[in-house]
Amino acid sequence: MKHILAILVENKPGALTRISGLFSRRGFNIENIAVGETVTPGIARMTITVESSEKVIEQVVKQLHKLINVIKVSNLSNEPSVTRELMLIKVRAETGSRSDIQQIVETFRGKVVDVSPDSMIIEVTGNDDKLEAIKLLLNHFGIKEIVRTGKVALLRGSKVTREA
Amino acid sequence: MIMAALEKEGVELVFGFPGGAVLPLYDALYDAPLKHLLFRHEQAAVHAADGYARVTGKPGVVFATSGPGATNLVTGIANAYMDSVPLVLITGQVASPFIGTDAFQEADITGITLPITKHNYLVKSAEDLPGILAEAFYIASTGRRGPVLIDIPKDVFDQEAYFNYNKECHIPGYNPTYTGHAGQISRAVKAIRDAHRPVIFGGGGLIRSGASSALRQLAEEAQIPVILTLMGLGAYPGDGELFLGMPGMHGCVTANYALTEADLIIAAGVRFDDRVTGKLETFAQNAKIIHIDIDPAEIGKNVLIDIPIVGDVRQVLEELLRKLKPGNTAKWLKQIKTWQNKYPIPTGVTGPDSALKPQFVIRELSRLSDDNTLVATDVGQHQMWCAQHFNVRKPCSFLTSGGLGTMGYGFPAAIGARLAAPESRVICITGDGSFQMNIQELATVVNNRFDMTIALINNGYLGMVRQWQDIFFNKRYSHTALEGSPDFVKVAEAYGARAIRAVNDKEATAAVEEAFATKGPVLIDFIVEPEENVYPMVAPNRPINEIITGGEY
Repeated sequence: MKHILAILVENKPGALTRISGLFSRRGFNIENIAVGETVTPGIARMTITVESSEKVIEQVVKQLHKLINVIKVSNLSNEPSVTRELMLIKVRAETGSRSDIQQIVETFRGKVVDVSPDSMIIEVTGNDDKLEAIKLLLNHFGIKEIVRTGKVALLRGSKVTREA
Repeated sequence: MIMAALEKEGVELVFGFPGGAVLPLYDALYDAPLKHLLFRHEQAAVHAADGYARVTGKPGVVFATSGPGATNLVTGIANAYMDSVPLVLITGQVASPFIGTDAFQEADITGITLPITKHNYLVKSAEDLPGILAEAFYIASTGRRGPVLIDIPKDVFDQEAYFNYNKECHIPGYNPTYTGHAGQISRAVKAIRDAHRPVIFGGGGLIRSGASSALRQLAEEAQIPVILTLMGLGAYPGDGELFLGMPGMHGCVTANYALTEADLIIAAGVRFDDRVTGKLETFAQNAKIIHIDIDPAEIGKNVLIDIPIVGDVRQVLEELLRKLKPGNTAKWLKQIKTWQNKYPIPTGVTGPDSALKPQFVIRELSRLSDDNTLVATDVGQHQMWCAQHFNVRKPCSFLTSGGLGTMGYGFPAAIGARLAAPESRVICITGDGSFQMNIQELATVVNNRFDMTIALINNGYLGMVRQWQDIFFNKRYSHTALEGSPDFVKVAEAYGARAIRAVNDKEATAAVEEAFATKGPVLIDFIVEPEENVYPMVAPNRPINEIITGGEY
């Protein structure tokens, strides 16, 4: 099963290495990872997606807690949450296919952010299913390059993941 | 500034080895009231600090230089990490502008030690130093203990900063749990009351938290037999009425049978290591398990737990004692007596012409020792014989590399023990393989005239590996014969130590008596049966009640 962990961590040198090192050392697999600042200065939030069993994820969370720089770990998969990921796709776009591509992009509420004589860059945000779906459709035109941010997630409702 | 911080932390003694990047540190040490013990190899300095920390309970402090000085610490740090020993290690680093340029004697020691330290720091500015030092001591010596490394660039040593040292530190992500959950403790009390075949299964956590007397009280009041892992030896007296011995791969038959047959296991400060549990699927299938540990990550890591209690083992046991309702274990204890009589620890088969038995040597060392004895062992067959035959009477008196299994640990650890407890007798029990991994420290013990008996169990082999080759690889002794070893008596004498050789029982006894009566370091070279095996034995990943007895029963 896929688990999405939100990790609040002191923004100190090496904190990211400690966390990623822990995953590889103990044989846990990171599917994707996103890091950024929070509202509290000096505290960063990492969102890590892990594919693992219940038993393993429990051990992952406990081991993360042991790291001195880690302040809080919550498993967002246990509760309703909003998950998003941003993807940029550079797709082959000859003059004849541009309007078709445009239509697909609109359907997925994406944006064309760059156009060149033979290609376009498309920005699209969503969950896994949506990103996979547009990828499949654009594949038809020829995808030249893809980059993804990794998932970020927040709990639904007024509940928050906070350091204290 | 570092000296002042160490003084504030009550550090009296530092273990180390100087070098280029720590010149300013050693210069400050020159006038400081601290004692420093110089070793011949950094690895030995860490092991000695580790031995010192195990005996005193205080963090051992180590100084080493950048690059090779720091990398030589690695084995010692990993060893301390696996056995949860508090250490504070201060390494020099090349000057800040040179970091990342592959400068002379540069090594990324914080990167290298990331997975084997509880935490580590690279100091960017002297301003940060007081806070980091205070945190390092706090982290090393609280919660589940462990080594903390501080890497200091050479230019930072030379900076001046305001020294504001506050021992009390608040770290947002670090808040160990000491008190057990009351509801879980009540469940444990009930489980103990209802159990017919309970055992206490204790480990290193008992020693680190000072839980021996609580353990003893629990065992005696509820009449529950006690099994101790290698790391737990001494937490209950080795000759105590309810003691069953060590479990696992080279454990006592009775301890393994008791774990297998038990209906309740009170696991205290143990981590269910593979050497203890054998095949996990068959481990203690009949038992409900209470697991008390300060590290929540240990609970449920290897074995499913029925009653988890996160907390300091001593505090939890004391709380348990306040509510204790003993069950009836008389029938169970009778069953255990039967096993004990049937399966004593084998002492080795002897004949009229047989060579000196290593088991006999350990038994003599034990018999001639008093309660005030500290034993440090190395790793291998002799280590297991010590665990089986040496009567460990008190906590913190048996020092051994349990988790990492580091050959070369014993001799320097004995040096640390020597300094930690000036009134105690110190014995280093080692093998001819292990001893050669840190033999250079003979210089350190001779130079400081340390009273110490080095009992060298010399069988001419890397005995434990040879034993596995004997049993599992059809006696194909690939590279386990230690040909070319020196005459250890001559080596010790060359360093200036007294040395005795013993080849039979009579000489062995006389040598031990003489060594114990002699001031200064004495090495005894016990030439023992070369192909003696350690029994009982359980093959790796087999059920622990499937025991190879080596024809002794």
